[in-house]
Amino acid sequence: MPHRKFLSAFAILCASIATAHSGNWTKLSEDGVHDPRGPAIELLQYPGDALSNLPSDTAGNEVDWIRALRAGVIQPRPSIDPDREDRRLDKDIYLDLYGSMPSVRFPHLAHTEWLDCSNCHDHLFLPKRGANNISMFLILQGQQCGVCHGAVAFPLTECSRCHSVPNHEAQRIVAAIEAAEKEKQAGASDGAVKRRDAGTAGPRKDSPNAGKQQ
Amino acid sequence: MIRRLHALLGAPLLVGVLAIGHSLESRAEYADVVLNRNSEKEGMRPVVFPHWFHRIRFRCKVCHAELGFKMRAGSNLVTMGDIIDGRFCGACHNGEIAWAPENCDLCHSGKPGLPPGIFGGHETNGPGIW
Ligand code: HEC
Ligand code: HEC
Ligand code: HEC
Ligand code: HEC
Ligand code: HEC
Ligand code: HEC
Repeated sequence: MPHRKFLSAFAILCASIATAHSGNWTKLSEDGVHDPRGPAIELLQYPGDALSNLPSDTAGNEVDWIRALRAGVIQPRPSIDPDREDRRLDKDIYLDLYGSMPSVRFPHLAHTEWLDCSNCHDHLFLPKRGANNISMFLILQGQQCGVCHGAVAFPLTECSRCHSVPNHEAQRIVAAIEAAEKEKQAGASDGAVKRRDAGTAGPRKDSPNAGKQQ
Repeated sequence: MIRRLHALLGAPLLVGVLAIGHSLESRAEYADVVLNRNSEKEGMRPVVFPHWFHRIRFRCKVCHAELGFKMRAGSNLVTMGDIIDGRFCGACHNGEIAWAPENCDLCHSGKPGLPPGIFGGHETNGPGIW
């Protein structure tokens, strides 16, 4: 299998890049984007002053942002308008069940702690399992997951954070979810029939709430 | 079959991207964005927006849902008029949530000549649409 070789080449490459950089943040005057002669260079914060106090990581900002948030080390505001709804969803989606890499677990909760549904739905992903042709090829081009991963969220070199579940285990979990949904749907359509019999409109099966488990 | 193809295409591509990214030796902090659609044309340094600094204080949804910044470097036409009227950066940089727009140099801190785009020092160069 030729791509196995590529994959191990990556693993080594990624590891070497990661270690080459860990634990050092460049001074603003040497980072290539700030003007070292500008008046702000002494006023702006050096990234290491803030980031070295947060749970550490090897890639990206070298901060484990999810742990920083959940441990309460940082308390980023969810909105400016205090009445704005902070929408969350706790639902894992399993992708890539039969590929050469381990399966991908996409956790809605970790994402909706930072992001709003509208950051992904519907312009990046239709909110329907399997309805999007997600592929590593497009991700690497900065589309789909690659809009954020590789730009602001942890970079694409961190294969195993996405490809995190053995295929057989993901297949088992998805089979269980699908069985539960089938059962629920059978129950729901029974209910709809009864209500229709009683002369009132039941919930449409294709309504956004049908089959949602919360 | 298609999956296989992707695997085969993806792997060398990624090696390519990483190699390019690495050889450019971009040293900016991961996810720093340069905004420079009009600044330099109008005699100001480019703007450097640090994601790391802001995400300690605000979740992504504040800027990218509530305040309407599109997630694509260079795609938001931000003007000083907007900022002074309380839109985009000005929703916070209003002297209440954060310091006021009169601190020109804190935002306009970039090296002259930089193109708009995302920069990042560690693992990737930020793909954007390459
Ligand atoms: C959601 C609110 C918010 C928005 C929107 C926002 N900022 Fe900020 N910004 C802040 C806060 C809060 C601070 C910290 C202020 C303080 O320390 O008093 C800050 C600080 C900064 C700093 C200084 C960082 C340092 O090293 O001290 C820069 C530069 C900056 N912002 C640029 C921008 C630019 C450019 C934009 C628009 C593209 C923007 N900000 C939009 C809230 C915001
Ligand atoms: C941000 C999450 C993420 C990261 C990081 C990531 N992938 Fe993927 N990858 C995915 C998703 C999502 C798919 C597509 C799932 C599907 O086929 O439905 C995928 C598919 C693939 C596939 C094709 C399917 C397969 O299993 O054969 C390969 C090969 C692959 N990725 C390799 C990698 C390698 C190598 C890395 C690290 C260099 C990597 N990926 C990093 C999310 C990611
Ligand atoms: C970071 C991107 C992202 C965010 C933010 C996000 N989603 Fe999703 N959502 C996805 C992906 C990816 C899928 C799976 C699509 C697929 O399988 O092709 C999905 C699937 C879904 C599904 C279908 C689940 C199923 O079992 O069929 C629903 C419903 C959904 N999302 C609702 C929401 C809601 C509500 C929010 C906000 C609270 C939200 N999503 C936020 C990316 C996101
Ligand atoms: C709109 C932006 C966005 C998109 C699109 C996105 N992510 Fe993320 N993702 C994030 C952010 C932000 C985090 C928090 C961690 C960080 O910033 O590094 C995160 C974290 C994760 C984590 C770590 C979860 C944990 O508990 O450690 C995984 C896994 C992940 N993403 C997979 C995916 C996959 C797979 C896709 C595509 C189906 C995807 N993401 C699409 C923004 C995004
Ligand atoms: C304080 C405001 C603010 C916050 C908070 C913020 N962003 Fe951004 N983001 C911006 C600005 C400004 C840009 C640049 C827009 C432009 O160039 O037109 C940007 C650009 C982006 C881009 C485009 C990068 C590219 O490659 O083109 C992505 C992706 C992104 N942000 C993701 C995120 C994620 C994920 C989070 C949360 C972890 C986040 N942002 C938090 C203001 C913010
Ligand atoms: C909170 C951050 C911030 C501060 C403070 C700030 N600017 Fe800007 N400024 C921006 C952003 C973002 C842009 C749009 C960048 C671009 O695309 O070129 C911009 C654009 C400009 C432009 C281009 C033309 C226009 O009107 O949009 C000029 C000129 C300018 N700023 C001058 C100033 C001056 C003078 C000050 C101080 C009085 C100042 N700026 C303070 C963020 C800031």
